[in-house]
Amino acid sequence: MENKNKEQLILDTKERLKIKRHDMPAQNSAKRVQNFKEVSIGYLIEDAIEEAKRCIDCKVPYCIQGCPVSIDIPAFIKLIEKGDFLGAAKKIREKSSLPAICGRVCPQEDQCEKVCTIGRRKDSTSVAIGNLERFAADYEAEHGKNNNISYGKNLYDKKIAIVGAGPSGLAAAGELRQKGYRVSIFEALHEVGGVLIYGVPEFRLPKSILLREVQILKDMGVEIFTNVVIGKTITVDELLNEKGYSAVFIGTGAGTPKFLNIPGEELNGVYSANEFLTRVNLMRAYDMNEYDTPMKCGKTLVVFGAGNTAMDAVRTGLRLGYSDARIFYRRSRNEMTARLEEIHHAEQEGIRFDFLINPVRFIGDEKQNLKQVECERMELGEPDESGRRRPVPIKGSEFIADVDAAVIAIGTNVNPIVPSSTSGMDLNKWGYIIADEKTGKTTKKGVFAGGDIVTGAATVILAMGAGKNAADAIEQYLKTNIW
Amino acid sequence: MYEIIENKSIGEGVNVYKINAPDIAVKALPGQFIILRVHKKGERIPITIADIDKNAGCITILVQTLGKTTHLLSELKAGDELADLVGPLGIPSEIENFGTVVCIGGGFGIAAVHPIAKALKNAGNDVISIIGARRKDLLLMENEMRSASSGLLIATDDGSYGTKGFVTDILKRLIVDDKKNIIRVIAIGPVPMMKAVSDFTKKYNIKTIVSLNPIMIDGTGMCGACRVLIGGQTKFACVDGPDFDAHQVDFENLVNRQKFYEDEEKSSYECHRKEHHNF
Repeated sequence: MENKNKEQLILDTKERLKIKRHDMPAQNSAKRVQNFKEVSIGYLIEDAIEEAKRCIDCKVPYCIQGCPVSIDIPAFIKLIEKGDFLGAAKKIREKSSLPAICGRVCPQEDQCEKVCTIGRRKDSTSVAIGNLERFAADYEAEHGKNNNISYGKNLYDKKIAIVGAGPSGLAAAGELRQKGYRVSIFEALHEVGGVLIYGVPEFRLPKSILLREVQILKDMGVEIFTNVVIGKTITVDELLNEKGYSAVFIGTGAGTPKFLNIPGEELNGVYSANEFLTRVNLMRAYDMNEYDTPMKCGKTLVVFGAGNTAMDAVRTGLRLGYSDARIFYRRSRNEMTARLEEIHHAEQEGIRFDFLINPVRFIGDEKQNLKQVECERMELGEPDESGRRRPVPIKGSEFIADVDAAVIAIGTNVNPIVPSSTSGMDLNKWGYIIADEKTGKTTKKGVFAGGDIVTGAATVILAMGAGKNAADAIEQYLKTNIW
Repeated sequence: MYEIIENKSIGEGVNVYKINAPDIAVKALPGQFIILRVHKKGERIPITIADIDKNAGCITILVQTLGKTTHLLSELKAGDELADLVGPLGIPSEIENFGTVVCIGGGFGIAAVHPIAKALKNAGNDVISIIGARRKDLLLMENEMRSASSGLLIATDDGSYGTKGFVTDILKRLIVDDKKNIIRVIAIGPVPMMKAVSDFTKKYNIKTIVSLNPIMIDGTGMCGACRVLIGGQTKFACVDGPDFDAHQVDFENLVNRQKFYEDEEKSSYECHRKEHHNF
């Protein structure tokens, strides 16, 4: 083994560059659309070591800068190359408390892998950093029971309340517990995970993975209270003034679904993506023999939107049994915001993408159930404020399509419950909480916020990064009492 | 954690549940609701709070057994626990001293209108309550409503108790014959009743509030299943309501949306009865 390791380490850059990227093995697409099991199967040990060899350990590791939580990517990859998989996982955990999740849901192509030196070379593709992260985390879960996870300790008496058990809250809780604080998480739903439990489907992030990460937090001594709606059951002010918490972190997420505001949207069969996904994910409506929440199925499903949520919804529809599940998007392929892998997987599964199409009205039958949607075709005009070319309707291009269900996946507005029930905390013009970008400090003393409730809908890793940064700032605040 | 303190059948498939929920009781205000799950694979169902006992730390709800979930709930005994209970949800009813107000409860709606009538009376209003049911034996909470009101009027469809006819008949008498200076009407009950009340008060330009109960999942504004049309605008009953200005409500849409899963609900109940009761 030792000789072999030595041999690997002296591999020169030229040889490393010759190795082709190892794609993530996946369930066969024809088979996987009939189940809700995870699509990506994960690397075998050999795949992982070979892929790790592709990292040339360059002098300026841009990948670290590309990572929202600054994981020492070359270091963990070298540990995988050496066969020290538990060491690799530990290295990742120095910066990220949820590696098995991030390895699965991060948009790596826009972050670490986007700036990877190898990937920027002609005719070459970046190191599969996300796949390697997932490999290390899964290996740890299987083989390294409690692998060096530094267990929480009570160094301080001060208690911190975390509002929302989604990515930012879980990350903040883990960090603060490791620092030695007492931490309580308050979650409105009956299960923990936020968007990771109600939004991201089983086939992309198995619930067992989430539960594993949550169990680690519980083992560390983080208290979790489900079924508590902060702002209703208890307010943020009460947490600070009556319940003995010295600081509060608000990570309540993106909030409330946007609708198109077109005629017929109130018809049965028109869903928000959140409702469609919540029924299937949180409430397990895909298994109606076992679970009580109902779900309809028909032949044609159209999802409006082209982000990750739209991909999740359309692929969920396919698995529920819709024989024709498709995307209608008002812009073109280039403007799609979903992760590349999700788009590829959707295409492999037979999802049809129709671009430059905008819905105008929904049409119902005599029972007010959706039966058709009228759309218009679009063309791209001048760039809008997002820098993307604005879609403009083409006159006379209207057409009607038969549909059994429509899912609207065009984003979210702020959820009013926490902002409107908290005193002295400033909000921006859209109602999101104003918080310092680096520290998460709000305008209310002792209250920090991060994730989608501050930025509007973004990604899991950005929310986690915000939770982590806020944890550092909370520690600073509790030690100095300086606001 | 969410212990049933009392489960009492009051006939015709209706049960009164007292639930130990100190955190909810201390916060709950009239017009708010809770969401519960009976078991770990169960659905989330929203139920309006019928009474609040802040000292004892418990809430009362009335539930009619209509399907699998409510049937499972009806089988729970004192000492049993719910899988989940969350609340209080929704915006509380507007309670002020308006003057003379009429609180109307139809069938099940009586349970929901009760805490509102009580609070309005405490706020100094002259509360005239009208409660109605199909028959005398289906009339709920008569005594509670009597003590929550300055005056109580009763209607039954078949005339077996009180006035024969509908709650709207009595309302009409109050407005047209007695020429009461009614400032506000609160009407909670089956959608056709709320619509009938709304249509009537609109003619007389009397502000009318109804409490809407569409299908709901999370109850915190996240999913949008409970959207209702208010003055042509999409609103969420869970965070913008459940109380709305009756004259702005699209009742037809509400009824259609409530019925969407009727078939699934029926077949789920039938399966459940076959499996567990060999009907």
